[in-house]
Amino acid sequence: MTPFTSISGPAAPLMAQNVNTDVIIRIERLANSKAHELAPYAFEAWRYGSDGTPDPDFVLNDPAWQAAPILLAGENFGCGSSREGAVWALNARGIRVVIAPSFGSIFQNNCYQNGTLPVVLPAETVAKFAEIARAQPEAPFTIDLERQVVVPPNGEPLPFQIDRRRREALLRGQDDIAQTLERLEEIAAFQATDRASRPWAHRIVDGDAG
Amino acid sequence: MGETLFDKVWAPHVVADLGEDYALLHVDRNMLHDLSGANGLEALEARGLTVHSPDLTFSCPDHAVSSLPGRTATSTPISARLAPALRERAERTGIRHFDVNDPEQGIIHVIGPELGLTLPGLLITCGDSHTSTHGGLGAFAFGVGSSEIAHILATQTIVQKRPDTMRVSFEGALPTGVTPKDMILHLIGLVGTAGGDGFAVEYEGEAVRAMPIEGRLTICNMSIEFGAKIGLIAPDDTTYAYIDGRRFAPKGADWDAALTHWRTLPSAPGARFAREITIDAAKIEPQITWGTSPEHTVGIGGRVPDPASAADANRREAWEKALDYMGLAPGTEMEGVPVDHVFIGSCTNGRLSDLREAAAIATGRKVAEGTTAWVVPGSQAVKRDAETEGLDRVFKEAGFEWREPGCSQCVAANGEVVAPGARAVSTTNRNFVGRQGPGARTHLASPAMAAAAAVTGQITDVRKLGQGG
Ligand code: SF4
Repeated sequence: MTPFTSISGPAAPLMAQNVNTDVIIRIERLANSKAHELAPYAFEAWRYGSDGTPDPDFVLNDPAWQAAPILLAGENFGCGSSREGAVWALNARGIRVVIAPSFGSIFQNNCYQNGTLPVVLPAETVAKFAEIARAQPEAPFTIDLERQVVVPPNGEPLPFQIDRRRREALLRGQDDIAQTLERLEEIAAFQATDRASRPWAHRIVDGDAG
Repeated sequence: MGETLFDKVWAPHVVADLGEDYALLHVDRNMLHDLSGANGLEALEARGLTVHSPDLTFSCPDHAVSSLPGRTATSTPISARLAPALRERAERTGIRHFDVNDPEQGIIHVIGPELGLTLPGLLITCGDSHTSTHGGLGAFAFGVGSSEIAHILATQTIVQKRPDTMRVSFEGALPTGVTPKDMILHLIGLVGTAGGDGFAVEYEGEAVRAMPIEGRLTICNMSIEFGAKIGLIAPDDTTYAYIDGRRFAPKGADWDAALTHWRTLPSAPGARFAREITIDAAKIEPQITWGTSPEHTVGIGGRVPDPASAADANRREAWEKALDYMGLAPGTEMEGVPVDHVFIGSCTNGRLSDLREAAAIATGRKVAEGTTAWVVPGSQAVKRDAETEGLDRVFKEAGFEWREPGCSQCVAANGEVVAPGARAVSTTNRNFVGRQGPGARTHLASPAMAAAAAVTGQITDVRKLGQGG
């Protein structure tokens, strides 16, 4: 996992609410492609018109934002399915930060496992950022995880909240597995005790086998 | 202050307190399916890791398998790649696997409860957001992403932040012709797609207590559609009667110990929830969605809303986009909108009781000219039981296609799509843009409402049809 320290670049305003993971990446693309091959399919349902040509009105088709590493989004971004491919598709397009008022919770967890930073800020703030981005499409925003701030173009640094555990893991480029593998003994001890108190949770007997 | 059901299912799973409300939790059952299962096992191998507790892990192909009668594992190109890969890896790692035409195969969230793998108080994970379904039996169940699948496979644990709790009470009795699907759609319409973000939701109230297990599974299934990763219902005698005797359910002394524990789970009378919602179940109408989000729902007597009346600019834009995609004009009465296709199935509404409700409407009627209709049982067991009751004959005589178990057109991962521009009434859980295929227009409804749409060729209030014609 690539460590995340600080990112600067244009921010694409995709301000629709409740953008779901089906829209971010179609399921059969996931079944047919590897994670790093997903860039052409991100937001496929919105990027192309019904005749298959790119829709010029779609924000990520705008030349100013085609390589934007930051996405500004509406409430509940990444709701819907658990598919981690939604994060892979964003990453494949070079998007490392999504700033939104709230996120679908499985999507948010998936971000942390892939070195992607979900930043939660109030809806008015994100809307203000979107205005700035539309007025100056190429002006860079900076997201500095070490200082825990977002710096809009020509603006003051604005602090954001992130759980310490998530911040440290992102800074180190470490996903949950690496951390939990250090606790295998604790897990073994837990299972031994738990087996005694909840035997039915651990002992699965095939009633048809007998 | 008493503890909630959620407090009580959370506590026994804490392996380590990680601070800031995070905990490392023990996973009691992990379920793999064809879309992400083989990949998860592959990712594990790539990191040089092995499956920690194969005896607590189960796998079954459902998403990409064909539903065509006579299908095999290789009937679709995607399935040909995914299903054998899952089987081989499961066999190699000692995971119990139910293969494509195994007598127990089916949608993971249908077979877990059927097989007695899903039990009250168990922590259950699966790489699928509808894992919340299992909460219908009082399980602590939620969907996880691919990395989390690898984490669980490697350690039999998962890192989670403790959610807030919400209680939704459905008071009063459900009217005739109104189903659990209508209850949950009504709730989502009320609170919105993001209304449950970050919550573990407990469903309670008279209408829930009176409900058989299959309906409870339907309610919990759609928790994720209003943002709640976890939905659960306290176990009661209905729950215990459902589980008793199932293939992998605890037996003998284990059963007695389990039952003693389960009886302690319901929320204490004074338990406090961060948010409480009360709904009068008696006032719920059969629901039908008009847009591209499950919150875009109305009672069957309603009309397509006018974006001009939306509460804010964001919503107005979303509604406009949705109506454009759905090909509907503001103010259109929902009743009477012509329907090209009907899909009855999925982990929301692909169980025996769902098929019975649909068959009751289809009996003695015919699928309307110009409309196609599919019935895809949620599992082999559902299919067998339905055939024993003769439901397959009812459907076939009415002109429905009777197909093999799997997710099929719920997600269209296997090429089983609704045609571009075609309008479908589906018993599934997501009416997202492109969900049932590029350009497909989905209206979510109950099985009875879907059957009513099939036999009339239009969106219809099932209560006006009455039982079989
Ligand atoms: S039936 Fe649909 S919602 Fe359920 S697991 Fe399958 S694809 Fe997901």
